[in-house]
Amino acid sequence: MAGMSCSKEASVLLIKPSRGWVLPQLRDVWAYRELLYFLVWRDLKVRYKQTVLGVLWAIIQPFFLMVVFTIFFGKLGKIPSEGIPYPVFAYVALIPWSYFAQSLNACSESLVGNSHLITKVYFPRLIIPISSVLSGLVNFGISFGILLAMMFYYRITPSLEALFLPILVLMVLATALGSGLWLSALNVQYRDIRYAISFLMQFWFFATPVVYPSSLVPGIWRFLYSMNPMVGVVEGFRGALLGKGHVMGDTFLVSVTVAACLLITGTLYFRQVEKRFADVV
Amino acid sequence: MNDVAVRTENLGKLYRIGEHKGRYNTLRDTIENTLSAALRRLRYNPETSNLNPQPNHIWALKGVSLGIKRGEVVGIIGRNGAGKTTLLKILSRITEPTEGWAEIRGRVGSLLEVGTGFHPELTGRENTYLNGAILGMKKVEVDRKFDEIVAFSEIEKFIDTPVKRYSSGMYVRLAFAVAAHLQPEILLVDEVLAVGDAAFQKKCLGKMGDVAGEGRTILFVSHQMGAVGQLCQRTILLDDGTIKKDGHSKDVIASYLMESTPQSGTVEWKREAAPKCNEAMLLGVKTVNSAGRVTTHFSSTENISVEITYEVLKYDRLLTIWIRLSTPEGVDVFAGHNGDIWGNLDARPKGVYKTRCIIPGNLLNIGKYIINVAVGTTAGVGIPSGPVLFIEVSNTDKSSHYDYNYTFQYVRGVVSPKLDWEIQRADQDAPSNL
Repeated sequence: MAGMSCSKEASVLLIKPSRGWVLPQLRDVWAYRELLYFLVWRDLKVRYKQTVLGVLWAIIQPFFLMVVFTIFFGKLGKIPSEGIPYPVFAYVALIPWSYFAQSLNACSESLVGNSHLITKVYFPRLIIPISSVLSGLVNFGISFGILLAMMFYYRITPSLEALFLPILVLMVLATALGSGLWLSALNVQYRDIRYAISFLMQFWFFATPVVYPSSLVPGIWRFLYSMNPMVGVVEGFRGALLGKGHVMGDTFLVSVTVAACLLITGTLYFRQVEKRFADVV
Repeated sequence: MNDVAVRTENLGKLYRIGEHKGRYNTLRDTIENTLSAALRRLRYNPETSNLNPQPNHIWALKGVSLGIKRGEVVGIIGRNGAGKTTLLKILSRITEPTEGWAEIRGRVGSLLEVGTGFHPELTGRENTYLNGAILGMKKVEVDRKFDEIVAFSEIEKFIDTPVKRYSSGMYVRLAFAVAAHLQPEILLVDEVLAVGDAAFQKKCLGKMGDVAGEGRTILFVSHQMGAVGQLCQRTILLDDGTIKKDGHSKDVIASYLMESTPQSGTVEWKREAAPKCNEAMLLGVKTVNSAGRVTTHFSSTENISVEITYEVLKYDRLLTIWIRLSTPEGVDVFAGHNGDIWGNLDARPKGVYKTRCIIPGNLLNIGKYIINVAVGTTAGVGIPSGPVLFIEVSNTDKSSHYDYNYTFQYVRGVVSPKLDWEIQRADQDAPSNL
């Protein structure tokens, strides 16, 4: 039993009602990073248990969407793809989009889905939505591998701007987490959110240049359009990997700013209502 | 150096009724509430507005101030809804207090449930690590104690099987084994011993006793007065969210059991408030003496007849009516059910029944006893055991063996059965007949 209790001479904890706005306890989140790791690990372990195809599902979903889009939008709809083979054009956008959509869905359900933890154990609640967003990264990585194979097949070489990719990934993460924090916290109190989300995602999908190039959007709408951070992300992915346009295009800064705002306000709102989760969920 | 581990001052928690029990709001409710609140403000009348300030709110906890010293093991008892769990939830930071404050010195581990976060698809090994992390253990800590945990759980063979294939007993064993190896300086435990078989419960109590012996502070919520009495020197009685009594476990438990048990020899429940499960509902319990009279006072020599009236709501092959006798100090005297004698477990279709249990005379010692009633079903515990009546046994019969057994005053066993004694000469050369 020795060496066990980490008794840093009487760590004193004061519990009292919080008033007004509270700042996110990021240090606390860091202290619980092992739990974060185990929750991500649990999600990954459980995700494909008792499925026949297992992790293949990570490839199948975006891949078949790409096939469907190529047939309907590319061949039948004759939507322009800026001189790039339509399958790659669509798939390069589908990767961040699928990750975003899955993460946002998982994130918004995460608190309700883990209510048995929230009502029984203390830990910084932020860990739960964060873990649901992080566990999607594995699927993201796998489908990214398929993209590289496709680019090789179509003989497309990425530009130097591919170095921006990590920043773009961070941006999807921030957008998914930021909006996920809002929705998960709202979902605890209002189960209406659940129904609103599928609707919201359809709308968001068409507001993002996945199946069409953003150049189709007329100039006067450009600013409003780029308020959707996923526009910056998808254009960035195309710029970095296919060499069409630039990552730092005219809309990029707007998208980054909105993503950052979503993340900050989401965290603040989450903290604000967090104290009532255990009573309400 | 401060030797107080937990201190609370005027701690209170206000719940909106309906808020904390599974109900959730829809957006429409919120809009409606906001509108009606606005309307109320329009019709604001300062004279009536203070009469009933928050009609939809209840104080689950109110004005609780207490201090617990380092190394103290404190029991918390009280009826359902008295605020026991709310207190633990505030101290373990699951929910925020509405007013007052608490101060905690040391690493806290809380155990409001065993197996929190267990995932049915994961194996025993995987769940051990996951559950450990959820309870606040570091991975290296679980690594180090892993073998010990598995040995304690007694399920070595199944550690790599998904827990969804475990029996409920195995599940609880593993879950408790992980929890029992959590070694915080302050341990908050809620009613977790209500699960698992008796032998394992005993083992867990032993393990917790060890923990207490190591100078850790424990707050222990339980309905099992025996466990509280055995484990805790000090007990706090909560009632309606406030501290009603705080002192030596023996005194607090005794007074709680005496007060919470009707003293008339009979109890009847209204249907809405009756203890019930899916299969059965208790309607009433009576204690009847040998003359057929309902009473709480019995002579030590007479049979005590306990009559339990209940309604079978759904046919259950293994429906059993239990009684458990305990002393006001919380010591269990015995427990038994109507299936003890094979063949009594007749099929009982829906309807109202009366089951009678006779406690024979010349068995109990002189003193007070609590009768607890429970209902068992195929699935396990249907209606959990709870105190329903209290009886007093006294020595009013001159033919009682107590007259000769003067030692009972000095040796207060919980029972004092009339034993058979025989005396024989046993030296070899003695005549065979006395």
